[in-house]
Amino acid sequence: MKTFKIGGVHPEENKLSAGQPIREAQLPKQAIFSMFQHIGAPANAVVKKGDQVKVGTLLGEAGGFVSAPIYSSVSGKVSKVDVALDASGLRRMAVTVDVEGDEWEESIDRSKDLIRLSDRPELDAKTIVEKIKTAGIVGMGGATFPTHVKLCPPPGKVAECVIVNAVECEPYLTADHSLMLAHPDEILVGLQLVMKAVGVTKGYIGIENNKPDAIQLMTEKAKQYPEIEVVPLKLKYPQGGEKQLIDAVIGRQVPAPPALPIDTGAIVQNVGTCFAIYEAVMKNKPLIDRVITVTGKSLKHPSNLLARLGTPFSQLIDECGGLPEDTGKVIGGGPMMGKALLSLDVPMTKGSSGLLIMNDKEAKRAEVDPCIRCAKCVGACPMGLEPYLLAKVSELRDWDAAEQEDITSCIECGSCQFTCPSHRPLLDYIRLGKSTVMGIIRSRVAK
Amino acid sequence: MSLILAIIALGAIGLIAALLLYFASRKFAVHEDERIGQVGAVLPQANCGGCGFPGCAGFAGACVKAADAGSLEGLLCPVGGQPVMEQVAEILGMAVEASAPKVAVVRCNGSCENRPRLVQFDGAPSCKVQQMIGMGETGCSYGCYGCGDCVAACQFDAIHINPETLLPEVDEEKCTACGACAKACPRQIIEVRLKGPKNRRMVVLCNNKDKGAIANKWCKASCIGCGKCVKVCEKFEAITLTKNLAYIDAEKCKLCRKCEEACPKGAIHAINMPPRKPKAETPSIPNTQSTPNAPTQNVEPSKAE
Amino acid sequence: MNKLIVSLSPHVHGGDSVQKNMYGVCIALLPAMLASFYFFGLGAVTVMLTSILACVFFEWAITKFVLKRQRLTILDGSAILTGMLLAFNLPSNLPLWIIILGALFAIGVGKMTFGGLGQNIFNPALAGRVFLLISFPVQMTTWPVSGEMTYLDAQTGATPLSLMQKAILEKDASILNDLPSSLDMLIGQTGGSLGEVSALLLLLGCIFMLCKKIITWHIPVSIIATVLVFAGLLHLANPIYANPLQVIFSGGLMLGACYMATDYVTSPMAPKGQLIYGVCIGLLTVIIRNWGAYPEGMSFAIIIMNAFTPLINNYCKPTRFGEVARKEAAK
Repeated sequence: MKTFKIGGVHPEENKLSAGQPIREAQLPKQAIFSMFQHIGAPANAVVKKGDQVKVGTLLGEAGGFVSAPIYSSVSGKVSKVDVALDASGLRRMAVTVDVEGDEWEESIDRSKDLIRLSDRPELDAKTIVEKIKTAGIVGMGGATFPTHVKLCPPPGKVAECVIVNAVECEPYLTADHSLMLAHPDEILVGLQLVMKAVGVTKGYIGIENNKPDAIQLMTEKAKQYPEIEVVPLKLKYPQGGEKQLIDAVIGRQVPAPPALPIDTGAIVQNVGTCFAIYEAVMKNKPLIDRVITVTGKSLKHPSNLLARLGTPFSQLIDECGGLPEDTGKVIGGGPMMGKALLSLDVPMTKGSSGLLIMNDKEAKRAEVDPCIRCAKCVGACPMGLEPYLLAKVSELRDWDAAEQEDITSCIECGSCQFTCPSHRPLLDYIRLGKSTVMGIIRSRVAK
Repeated sequence: MSLILAIIALGAIGLIAALLLYFASRKFAVHEDERIGQVGAVLPQANCGGCGFPGCAGFAGACVKAADAGSLEGLLCPVGGQPVMEQVAEILGMAVEASAPKVAVVRCNGSCENRPRLVQFDGAPSCKVQQMIGMGETGCSYGCYGCGDCVAACQFDAIHINPETLLPEVDEEKCTACGACAKACPRQIIEVRLKGPKNRRMVVLCNNKDKGAIANKWCKASCIGCGKCVKVCEKFEAITLTKNLAYIDAEKCKLCRKCEEACPKGAIHAINMPPRKPKAETPSIPNTQSTPNAPTQNVEPSKAE
Repeated sequence: MNKLIVSLSPHVHGGDSVQKNMYGVCIALLPAMLASFYFFGLGAVTVMLTSILACVFFEWAITKFVLKRQRLTILDGSAILTGMLLAFNLPSNLPLWIIILGALFAIGVGKMTFGGLGQNIFNPALAGRVFLLISFPVQMTTWPVSGEMTYLDAQTGATPLSLMQKAILEKDASILNDLPSSLDMLIGQTGGSLGEVSALLLLLGCIFMLCKKIITWHIPVSIIATVLVFAGLLHLANPIYANPLQVIFSGGLMLGACYMATDYVTSPMAPKGQLIYGVCIGLLTVIIRNWGAYPEGMSFAIIIMNAFTPLINNYCKPTRFGEVARKEAAK
């Protein structure tokens, strides 16, 4: 069975909500739409206090090419256009809507019928990309890179295949898994749309072998499309990383930065993104909701919720049995790469794939011992770096050495810190070093 | 005979070696600007690195380079201070402006009491690492993280975290105003300010640029940008309000302490000044410095919320 | 509810710890330790206990009184491991005071001078052993024969290694006939230091460590393979050099290859570097054994390569992701 070649770790899976069907979450009383839900330029709010909005009304327009518009996921009245705390832990511009009823824009097709690509022969690549761009779709695995940018390869680079990332290698999370079980046909049509948009004839769906039911179902459904192949992958973290997935599925490695994944001829899209693309192109529905896994060992009912964007996390937790007494940490995303939340009142965004509640015992980091140079981090690093060294030079602020040791190649997967027997905060320091070195490189290029 | 042979042989070897050395020294000679040596001679030669360069030789080289570029600004030997810099300027034919002594000031008064911790940070002890989780442990997006990057940056042991307030405190005796702490602070809280006459100065001990309502909500000692201090200082125009934050221009400030009285949040502090005499005729003004009290009716948050 | 904790990712940990690794090695050494008790009796027990207790004591005393650290590190298992390994390198009839001196050197000079766990350049146990070997060559090289159960007054005899060296010096291959068979050496029916007796049990412990992922295969395999090949070539060229199987089962080779050379702190970090390190140790061992002044070359070979570890780390980087692709693109 295929997998990526360098490093990797095996975190405990803890997929508590596996097998739970997707449940629709209740409408929030108040929804908060951050203008910073994607990588790139923030969206610019186009509504003002007192405006009436419907589900699907434009709230913020894209602030540039690498940006995405933001739509309202509820109907009601805009009560505030001001800074608000978001999941990143910063106070940034957001639109708050007080919910009244559930009125949708008429252009959205809310029927459940499957529309195949053959039903819409008039769709061409340009229209598809344009629709994706208008719908505000971003990478829904968590990176939130605007999808239309990915579908427009820079001049000189040619796409050869599309890979759907259905790996979901993060422990605890099952959002993509449940989405595949619920909407396999829609995902396949979404993949076809992406393939048509970039003009390729080969599509892969990479699924880790801890989801045999999804592999079976997708293989079954993909039989009708000879150009699509389901690739079962050996369980290993971080297989869901874009570079690792390309390596695992087609056996090509992306060279070090500034090379891009497209240099291998592959375009990677998340399962959730494919589903959103299907809805945007075929149903005219902008990105206003997504599946999110709400989970945790102390939580009463770990679930997969289909929730409207902008719903406060606290409400999602209430729907799954309420916040447990012994909560120590709440994480937006998975335990390996997610971000710890400063407050539970922040809203979910386009990139929120999970909400993990850890009890106080799990939450505390163990005491730090001295580095014993065991080289386990070197063995675990999927990028072939030396995390112990990068952390050391970053701690000593030797940025030149950090750059020389390829710190910018780090994908921040956390395998090194996960495996460190001395419990050293390796990734804390590597992140510090990486962001500083990136800044130095940017200012050097600017000169 | 053998004696003579030995002498001839050794002499020849010596001669050849001498010639080699002579040509090598000519060929590989490194030309160094002689001014670097001259500047180095007047430096303290403590090689402390407080100037930010690797030792005194590195600083001398930087001075010569800066002089060729036209200005010695920003270069200061913190140990030698002004007199040494004047000598350096003289050697390099530059005029050095007489600058008043400065000191680092921590512009945050968000102690544990004034600004309660909302969450607990668990990770590498560095402000810049904590910066990556967003606001930090408190509700203030501009205040001190309290992890001590400034302490680590200080070469002179002049800044320390107070374990009670979790804020850094500057030892004015030891501080050389080298600015290393100000550079290390990820939130630009530390400012290198004029020491002021008799070390007395008025400072806004807050860095919060949020709107008044938010600033007021999370910290008892924050500047809410109400502008009262600006009004009482109309005569000297020393106080300006930018982005909801008052700033006192140390050169214009006359130390009248009116702003201290006017500030409803006690964010303006009079440093190294004698305690005020209680004034019988103005009992309504609370002593804001000793009790940075909770917002009163005087507070006028800006209109945002 | 308490305050929420916030930290950067990852939020989970694999559960590995320094203690687990250190005690894992100790467990791997247990069978060989019991075997040494069986073959050398009271002497082995005395040496082992003295060495472990002395190492732990010095670690505690130095951390507490010299370095004045708050956190004591005696329970992390590294001092116990050093004590065990040091004892494995000593003959079972060594006087107590020499053992204690060796422990002091191992912990005091070999480890704590550099700052404690993780900072040392040389393997502390080996530093102690080499110190003793140079300071007390007579006591360190008179080994009791296997089966002697008493302590100081045990009967001593020649070890396989001294026989091998004698054969080379006297250019007489017939001396090698006195060697025990490869099988006997594998099981441990030979004289020598505590850890030189049972290659089989040491190998078993090594397999345990490999399964538990405490070490990787690179160092032990490269050392043993190199010795096998090099000694095999010599044996083919001239029969005065011993049979390669007898070479790898004799002396401290197995102990060194599996437990001493694989010491985390003093071995290279990247797999490529570990292979270079292992091959060099193998070559040096055979060279010192055959043509050096001491019959056993393993400790010196490892110590010498310990010194080269920073250099190896500097030049041997792991293969970066995408490096192959980058090179192909350059072509």
